Amino acid sequence: MDAPAAALPLDDGLVAVVKRACPTCTLVAPVLASLADGGRLVVASQDDPAFPGGVGGVRDDRDLALSWRLGIRTVPTLIRFDGGRESGRTEGWDRAAWEALAGVGGLGPGLPAFRPGCGSRSLEPGVAEALEARFGTRLRARRIEAGALEDEIELCFARGWSDGLPVVPPTPVRVLAMLEGTTRAPDEVVAVVPPDLVPCTVEKVAINAVLAGCRPEYLPVVIAALEAACSDAFNVHGVLATTWFAGPMLIVNGPVATRIGMNAGLNCLGQGNRANATIGRALQLVVRNVGGGRPGEVDRATLGQPGKVGFCFAEREHDSPWESLATERAAIPPERSAVTLFAASGVQGVADQLSRTPGSLVRSFALALRAVGHPKAVIAFDAVLVVSPEHARVFREAGWAKARLRAELEELLAIPGRELVRGAGGIAEGVPEHLAGATLPKFRPGGLLIVHAGGTAGLFSAVIGGWVSGAVGSEPVTREIGT
Amino acid sequence: MNDATNDRRILLDPTGEREPAARPRAPRPAALPGRSVGLVDIAKPRGDVFLDRLAERLRARGLRVERFAKPTFTKPAPLDLRQKIAETCDVVIQALAD
Repeated sequence: MDAPAAALPLDDGLVAVVKRACPTCTLVAPVLASLADGGRLVVASQDDPAFPGGVGGVRDDRDLALSWRLGIRTVPTLIRFDGGRESGRTEGWDRAAWEALAGVGGLGPGLPAFRPGCGSRSLEPGVAEALEARFGTRLRARRIEAGALEDEIELCFARGWSDGLPVVPPTPVRVLAMLEGTTRAPDEVVAVVPPDLVPCTVEKVAINAVLAGCRPEYLPVVIAALEAACSDAFNVHGVLATTWFAGPMLIVNGPVATRIGMNAGLNCLGQGNRANATIGRALQLVVRNVGGGRPGEVDRATLGQPGKVGFCFAEREHDSPWESLATERAAIPPERSAVTLFAASGVQGVADQLSRTPGSLVRSFALALRAVGHPKAVIAFDAVLVVSPEHARVFREAGWAKARLRAELEELLAIPGRELVRGAGGIAEGVPEHLAGATLPKFRPGGLLIVHAGGTAGLFSAVIGGWVSGAVGSEPVTREIGT
Repeated sequence: MNDATNDRRILLDPTGEREPAARPRAPRPAALPGRSVGLVDIAKPRGDVFLDRLAERLRARGLRVERFAKPTFTKPAPLDLRQKIAETCDVVIQALAD
């Protein structure tokens, strides 16, 4: 809050808030003049202190301070005060209500009995947030004032709030506009964010979503993603701290993806879509700024990967041959929205332009999946297989359900231990010698996720490798997106 | 809307706004022999090889060695493990893997 609340013009009597641009206010100007003459009324004008003419002592409320304090939604609004407390109000012109509030009869004899009012200037787009920023008390975050010669974006860099790319300076007006994207209260705690284990409020999520470049309608996705990331199962602390490549990847399902304009098609793992680019970034900025997780400090990645700036895409559901990831994993029906978090380590392309049968294509997939982590690594890393529309068509036309594809992959990825033990293939890396006689699965049960995404041209799919899998590392977590 | 906007350029702090409490360091022991030293295996491969040798060297110098292990290297040590270490040991050698 930057400014003190506006003082009430009187403790006992009537206050009318009007604007010249409102025809109903113009209509009732003679009524206001007659009430003011009796000393029972103060008029506050939102746009012109010379309006209404013939009324003395009009309060100039062009800065809308009084309108904001009184919570004016409509002009004219007539409010009665008794002993400094509001005892009644009416909106628009309603003769009976005005007469009851004023305690006099025969108001506006030539006027119709009723006329609706107009919208208050204090609720115009952009104005409400500016007033809230100036007079409101909803925001609790520390306020930092930029110096007269200081560039706000450079200030954000200097204070360490950026991932290396420019951020949008989180002004109170922008943060309040962001908070309009959720029904949750600004002071509600969303999650306890590692590594510093800091309780993170909706307001702090909103501030970081502004930094990331999100629009307000993305905020519920960011909030759900943060809840999922900070669960013990996902273990974002470990994902952050590891020397491995991993960072949180978000896969969005359900109608929210279309509603906020996410990309599930052409180049959906790439650049160019604001929602895809900023939602994952907002989550990473929360981990950085609220949790205190920064590269070179708790983030010990040997190499990292570009998706750690933010990695988010939507599943292509409208023409998918399969049930969505959220439906399959968490029984979330298609009409509801969800986000799945996966500890992702980068994208590996799979080119197969000749397979026209599922039996051939699944073998290509299996070979590519075997390389996740290391071709000799088993039950170590999870993976996401992103099947493109042209590849998915091969399975659709052959009637392969997702379960069939997964079962065939599991069979192809049951690997003889003798190929995997230390020293096999002339490679020291491998599983202990005593497993030479065993047959080992590449992925733990539940460790292979399959989604449908991408553009309609290109017989290419993608393997996205994970991190230490399961209860000892990170499990994928699917969470419904609220409001 | 200039009347209701603010000329001062205010930004909201996106950080956790933490103010870490300062804690005094534990007093250093004057001499180590007879003290118990805690070694924590964070469950990384071959960490045991390193810690076995360290324990051997410490015992040779007359110290008691207490061994502990984290359930997984990917998560912080559970609270009860940290409390047990604090209760059992006079001195802890702490290190990261990799």
